[in-house]
Amino acid sequence: MITVVDYYVVASILFAIGALGFLLRKNVLVMFMSVELMLNSANLVLVASAKSFDLARGSAFALVSVAVAAAEVGVGLAIIIALFRLKATVDAEEITNLRG
Amino acid sequence: MQENLLELIILIPFASVAVQYFLHRVLPARLAGLIACGAVLVPFLLTVVVGRGIGSAAPQVPAVTATIASWLTGGGLEVAFGLRLDPLSCAWTLVVTGIGFLIHVYSLGYMHHDPGFKRFFIYMNLFIGSMLALVLGDSLPLLFLGWEGVGLCSYLLIGFWFEDMDNARAGQKAFVVNRIGDLGFLLAMLMIFQTFGTLDIATVTSSLSAGHAQGLYPLGDGRITLIALLLFVGACGKSAQLPLFVWLPDAMAGPTPVSALIHAATMVTAGIYMVARFSVFFALAPVASAVVAIVGALTAFVSATIALRQRDIKKVLAYSTCSQLGYMFLGLGVGAYGAAVFHVVTHAFFKALLFLGAGSVIHALSHEQNAMKMGGLKPHLPRTHWTFFVGCFALAGIFPFAGFFSKDKILGEALLGHGWLFPLVGVLGLITALMTAFYTFRLYRLVFTGPERLDDHARAHLHESPATMTLPLVILALLSIVGGALSLPAFAHFDLLGDYLRPIFASALAVAGEHAHHAVNVEVALMLVSLAVVIGGAWWAWNRFAEGPGDQLPLPQSGLPFLLENKWFVDEIYAIFVIGPMRGTALLAGFFDRYVIDGIVNGLARLCDLCGAFVRLLQNGAVHTYALLFLAGAVYLVCSLL
Amino acid sequence: MEVLERVAFYVMAVIAVASALLVVVNRNPVASAMSLVGTFLAVAGLYLTLNATFLSAIQVLVYAGAIMVLFLFVIMLLNLEREPFDLPGFGRIAGFALSVVLLFSLISLALNATARPETSARGGSGAEIGDVFFSDYLFPFEMASLLLLVAMVGVIVVARRRKPEEEEEGEA
Repeated sequence: MITVVDYYVVASILFAIGALGFLLRKNVLVMFMSVELMLNSANLVLVASAKSFDLARGSAFALVSVAVAAAEVGVGLAIIIALFRLKATVDAEEITNLRG
Repeated sequence: MQENLLELIILIPFASVAVQYFLHRVLPARLAGLIACGAVLVPFLLTVVVGRGIGSAAPQVPAVTATIASWLTGGGLEVAFGLRLDPLSCAWTLVVTGIGFLIHVYSLGYMHHDPGFKRFFIYMNLFIGSMLALVLGDSLPLLFLGWEGVGLCSYLLIGFWFEDMDNARAGQKAFVVNRIGDLGFLLAMLMIFQTFGTLDIATVTSSLSAGHAQGLYPLGDGRITLIALLLFVGACGKSAQLPLFVWLPDAMAGPTPVSALIHAATMVTAGIYMVARFSVFFALAPVASAVVAIVGALTAFVSATIALRQRDIKKVLAYSTCSQLGYMFLGLGVGAYGAAVFHVVTHAFFKALLFLGAGSVIHALSHEQNAMKMGGLKPHLPRTHWTFFVGCFALAGIFPFAGFFSKDKILGEALLGHGWLFPLVGVLGLITALMTAFYTFRLYRLVFTGPERLDDHARAHLHESPATMTLPLVILALLSIVGGALSLPAFAHFDLLGDYLRPIFASALAVAGEHAHHAVNVEVALMLVSLAVVIGGAWWAWNRFAEGPGDQLPLPQSGLPFLLENKWFVDEIYAIFVIGPMRGTALLAGFFDRYVIDGIVNGLARLCDLCGAFVRLLQNGAVHTYALLFLAGAVYLVCSLL
Repeated sequence: MEVLERVAFYVMAVIAVASALLVVVNRNPVASAMSLVGTFLAVAGLYLTLNATFLSAIQVLVYAGAIMVLFLFVIMLLNLEREPFDLPGFGRIAGFALSVVLLFSLISLALNATARPETSARGGSGAEIGDVFFSDYLFPFEMASLLLLVAMVGVIVVARRRKPEEEEEGEA
C-alpha cells in the first residue's frame, strides 16, 4: 500500500538532490534548475498531504505555487541574461560583485 | 448659536494668521494690515454680542460654553478644546480685543515704513489668538497652551528687529525668565490633577469650594497652599513680579505697539487673570494670599523707585507697568479680587494710551527714546500731547480719571483690612502712589515742556503722527477719562463691573468672609488722603522739572540716585548669583558631555565598526557561500524537528 | 489494481530521482535541461497517482512545456559550453556533506510522519479546483494573476537590450 510517507520520501530525495546541485554546480543556469527541483518536491509534499484533507484545496495551493514558480523563472532567467551581458559568463564563482 | 459665535471669537484670529502666513507673497501689505485689524475687531464685536447674554446675576456662575474638538483623551484624563465665556473671561476678552484692535490700527501707521510689516501683523494676530485661548480656555492645558502661545509671541515680537543682537537677547531673556514661572504653573497643574482628578477649571474650583464646605479642605490646607503658591510662581513670571520682573523692562526692545499691547495692556495681566480665576485657592490659603500681597506691594514699591530715575521714556513706562501689576497683585492678595480686575481694565486703558503716546513721540523724533533729549514738544505734537497728559493723570490716579477709582479701591481694601499685614502693604502702596505721581509728571515735564533739547536729526523730522495713530490715542484718552465709571466707590451704589464679576468671586469671598462695608466717611477720608498724597507728588515733580531735567542731566556717581539709575543693580546681581553658577554648571556639563558621554558613544560606534570588519569577511559575494550557510541553517531546523 | 498503483508509483519515483540526479551530474547544460523534463514529467505522473489530475496536466503544460522552453531558449541564447571539470574545493566538499545530512534528516523526518487516512472530501479535478478558486480563494487567484503581470513587465525591463545612451546612464 502506497501511503503519504512514500511520497514524502521521494520528495525528500528530490529536495536533497536539488540542494546538492545548487551547492556543487557553478553554472548559474543549472543552479537555477536545481531550485526548480526543490520547488517541485515541495509541491509534491503539498499535494500528497492534501490527500488526507481536501485535495481540491491542496491542488489550488500547489497551482498558485506553480504560478509563482513561473514568474520566478521568468524574472530569474531575465536576470541571468542581463548578468551574462554584463559579465560574459554564467559562472557563479566569478560573479562576486556584492563582496562586502 | 451663541456657542458657534464663541468658537468664531477664537478661530477668526487664527484663521487670519493662516491666511496672512500662506498668502504673504501675494497679499498687498495694506490689505494684510486690514485683515489683521478686522480679525481683532470682529471677535470684539462677537464678544459683545455673546457676552450680553451672560450678565444675569444668577446664583450659579453664568457662562456660555463650546467645544471645538477633543484633544487629549486617555485614562482618567479628558481634555477638549473647550471654551468658556463667563464674566471674568468676558471682561478680559473685551480688553484684549478692544485695546488690541486700537493698537492694531495704530500699528498700521507706526509700522508703515517697516520692511517686516506683514510679519509684524502675523505675530500680532497670533498673539491675540493665543491670548484668547488663554482667557477662554475651559481647562488648564488649554490655558497653558495660550499661556505659552503668548509667551512665544512676546519673544518673537521683542526680538522683532532681531538684526540687532541686543533685541534678540532681550527676547531670549523674556523667554527664559518666563520659563521659570511656567515650571511653577506646570507643577501646579499636575498637583491639581492629582488632587481633583480633572483639569477642567470650573470643575476644579467648584469641587474645591464644595470640598471646603464638607470640611475636606480646611482653611490653610497645606496642599492647597502649595498649589496656590506654585500658581503664583507662574503668575510672577508672566506678570513680571519680584524677583522675576527683570525681563519686562528689557522687553521694551520690541516695537512700541508691542510694548503697549503685550507688555502693558494684556499679556502681562495673564498672571492676574490666573490668580483671579483660581481665587478660591488663594482664599483658602491665607499664607499664599499674604505672599501675593507682599510680593505685589514690594514689586510696586521697588519698580516705582527705579522708575524715578530712568531716562528712556519707554523704560519709565515699563517700570511703571511692573509697579501697577504689583498693585493688582496687592489687591488680589488682600482679597480685593474685583478691584484688582477693575485695575487691570483701567490700567489697560491708560497704559496702552501712554505707550502709544510714547510711540507717537518716538515716531515723531525718528526713534529717539531718551527723555533727556526731548522737551518742549507740546506745540509740535498737539494731539499726542493732550492724550498723553490725560494718560498721566490716569496713571497718577488723580480724580476723576480712571486710575483714581481702581487704585483707590485696592488701597482702600488694603488699608482698612484686618490684622497688621494688610494696612502695612496698604501704606507701602500709598508711598508707591506718591512716587507714581512723581515719576509720571517728571516724564511729562521732561518730554513736553521746558526747553527743547532735541538733536538736529530729530528736529529735522519733527511731525505730528498720522490719523491712524492719533485716533486710537483719542479713543483711549476718552476711555481713560470715563473708565472709572465702570466701578464707582461703594457708597455711590453704582458698581457695573463689580456686579458683573460678583458670581465669579462669590465662592472665594464666601470662604474668606465678605469684606465689611465701611462707613462712608471713612472711605471718603481715605480717598482724600490718597488724593492729597498723589497731588502732592505730582505738584512736586511739576515744579521740580519745570525747566527740564536740571540736576538730573549728568549721570549720578554715588548714593541713592546712582543705585536707582542702575536699577538697584538687579541685573548684575542676577548675573553674579544666578547666571554665573549656571554658566559654570553648563561648562561642566558640556565637558562631561563631550568627553564622557560622547566618549562612550564613540567607543560603542568603534566597537561596532570592529565587529563589522570581522563579520564582513563572511560577505565574500560568492552565492555558494551564502547558500551553504543558508542550507546549514535549514539542516539545523530540520534536525531540531526530529 | 493495488499492484498497478504500486508499480506506477515506483516507476515514477525512480524516473524522477534518476533524472534529477542526471540534472545535477550532466556537465552539458542542454542535457541537464532535458533531464529536468524527465523529472517534471515523472512528478506529473506522481500527481496522477495522487488523483490530482488537473495539477498533473498543469505540471506538464507549465513546467515541462513553458518553463523548459524558457530554459532552453536562454541556454541557446547564451551559447553555453560544457562546464570544465575541476577538483572539488572545500566549499564543494562541505556542500556535498551538508546535502547528504539534509537527505537523511529529511527522510527520517518523512518516516516519522504518521500516514493519515486518505479521506479527501473532494478530488483534484479541474471543476473542483475551479470551484475552490472562484469561491474561497478568489483574492489569491487574482493576486497570482497580478504577480504574473508584474513579472512579465519586470522581465521585459530587465532583459531588454539597452540603447547605448541608456547604458551610460545606467553605469553613471
